[in-house]
Amino acid sequence: MTIRKITLIIGIIVFGLASGANAALEIDITRGHLDPTPLALPDFSGSSVPERELGQKIAEVVRADLERSGLFRVLDPASYIEQQRNIDMQPKFAEWRVIKADALLAGRVVIEDENRIRVDMRLWDVFAESHLLGQQMGTTPENWRRIAHKIADSIYQKLTGESGYFDTRIVYIAESGPKTNRTKRLAIMDQDGANSTFLTPGSYTVLTPRFSPTAQQITYLSYSTMVPSVFLFNIETGRQEVLGDFPGMTFAPRFSPDGKKVIMSLVQNGNSDIWVMDLRTRTRTRLTSSPAIDTSPSFSPDGSKIVFNSDRGGSPQLYIMNVDGSDIHRISFNKGRYSAPVWSPRGDLIAFTKQLKGKFHIGVMRPDGQGERILTTAYLDEGPTWSPNGRVLMFSREARPGSGPQIWSVDLTGANLRKVITPGDSSDPAWSPLIE
Amino acid sequence: MKIQLISLAAVFAISACASEPKVAEPVAPAAPEPQHQVSSHRVTPVQSHTTQPIHTVTPGSIEDFATNAGDRVYFAYDSYTLSSEARAVLAKQAAWLNSYPRVRLLIAGNCDERGTREYNLALGARRASAVKEYLVNLGVDPSRLTTISYGKERPIDPRSTNAAWSINRNAHSAIVSGAVS
Repeated sequence: MTIRKITLIIGIIVFGLASGANAALEIDITRGHLDPTPLALPDFSGSSVPERELGQKIAEVVRADLERSGLFRVLDPASYIEQQRNIDMQPKFAEWRVIKADALLAGRVVIEDENRIRVDMRLWDVFAESHLLGQQMGTTPENWRRIAHKIADSIYQKLTGESGYFDTRIVYIAESGPKTNRTKRLAIMDQDGANSTFLTPGSYTVLTPRFSPTAQQITYLSYSTMVPSVFLFNIETGRQEVLGDFPGMTFAPRFSPDGKKVIMSLVQNGNSDIWVMDLRTRTRTRLTSSPAIDTSPSFSPDGSKIVFNSDRGGSPQLYIMNVDGSDIHRISFNKGRYSAPVWSPRGDLIAFTKQLKGKFHIGVMRPDGQGERILTTAYLDEGPTWSPNGRVLMFSREARPGSGPQIWSVDLTGANLRKVITPGDSSDPAWSPLIE
Repeated sequence: MKIQLISLAAVFAISACASEPKVAEPVAPAAPEPQHQVSSHRVTPVQSHTTQPIHTVTPGSIEDFATNAGDRVYFAYDSYTLSSEARAVLAKQAAWLNSYPRVRLLIAGNCDERGTREYNLALGARRASAVKEYLVNLGVDPSRLTTISYGKERPIDPRSTNAAWSINRNAHSAIVSGAVS
């Protein structure tokens, strides 16, 4: 499960051409319904059959990433007049303009030896006839998908001005079996659904996994012990441990933004309050002490505040408090039942689950409770998780009563709703940060 | 061929359960265990009184508890308040537990699917605790009672109907040790 490092050399590849006025191609991702940018992306070239085969596979993954973002439309490779066989040559821009490509990505694969591949890529602005980006990356051959995701991230960043989210992973709960006797296993996969692997055996139920900010640890609820408890899972070593010696059931864990603490609910005498545990000293601090349900805590990205779910007002609603538990105030005031809040990594929004009139919705609001927007509606949508750039949400959806849950994604704009392909039924997704 | 005898006490308990006014809203839950008993209540023609096994409910057994006290109480939506029906079942549970002082219970709180996962875990914990507190007030030693919440993870009726939801909102008292086998 080791995440191998990819050496990324941001090639400052100097070309003879003027790259001065290269601000022509820019994508504004804040708009709701935009026309996807047409992009030409030929198979990556190579000087041998294995290199060309790998070049084809890498290009396919980059295309799929960019298409899924909803911001790009990859033009059919069959329409390409030129194939850009030598990426070091300036493209014949006119021939790419004929097929109405705004940008061209060309790449080359070099298999240096059996343990190492190298990929070079160039991104061109077809209309400005300028070179936008050149990169060279190296890794082990089995890691080729990560190279593809990194290339997709680079293109996304260059053309939108914001960091991407393709070289990331999802922890989730893989579900199987009848509803009355469901098997729920901890599983991990790449953001695009590839490389899905089980992390727990299925002989006990696990729920609600969440990544640490380094993506090296997962915290989750496990029923493997007499008292259901919050656990830590180290992805590098596979080691699982109970987090803390709490006098009752613990659940709803989440890491602090610096990764040094885990915040969670503890049940005492049937009542759930919010506690925080310091991972180094293992000291625990109580943050709420109301007779109401207090759960689903989530830190603001600056670590100064916590949003959580409480029924202290009579129905489940969203509340914010300072990290020391002071200044608790309600932020959700529209009609409906609100729960499962998660603070955006950008800090400007809080995603939540809302129940209204027999339907479930994923929505967002500002931390002051204003600007509520509902993004999705279904029989049962719940448990949003943010992409590391705060532009996309994944969540669990049971589309119709009795249909098994599946992971779906939607853009913050509410557009680009789509199912994430998983091997079986799936729920409780949590998005990793960008992998280093 | 089995001869099935059901004790007088069990028959009374069944009719009591079957005629109980059920949880307030929205639809009364079926009582699964008693129904099973009723359906198996067929006395087959007797050939020999001496050589055939006889099914009877052993006093102090898990079956005795489920049949004659009732091992599940039901709740209204997003509520952990014990209804009068639930309190009646718990009174029988307490009396039974006081008769068999070695028995230990795991009380599990369950919710229907119309809530988010973590909120339902908290709600299930409240339901289990409400049952425990009630039993303790009726003289059951708290050290005999453990609670757990499964939230909405363990529905007993897989459907998405009012009837299924009202059955799935429950606290289940499971005997973990001390029963007569």
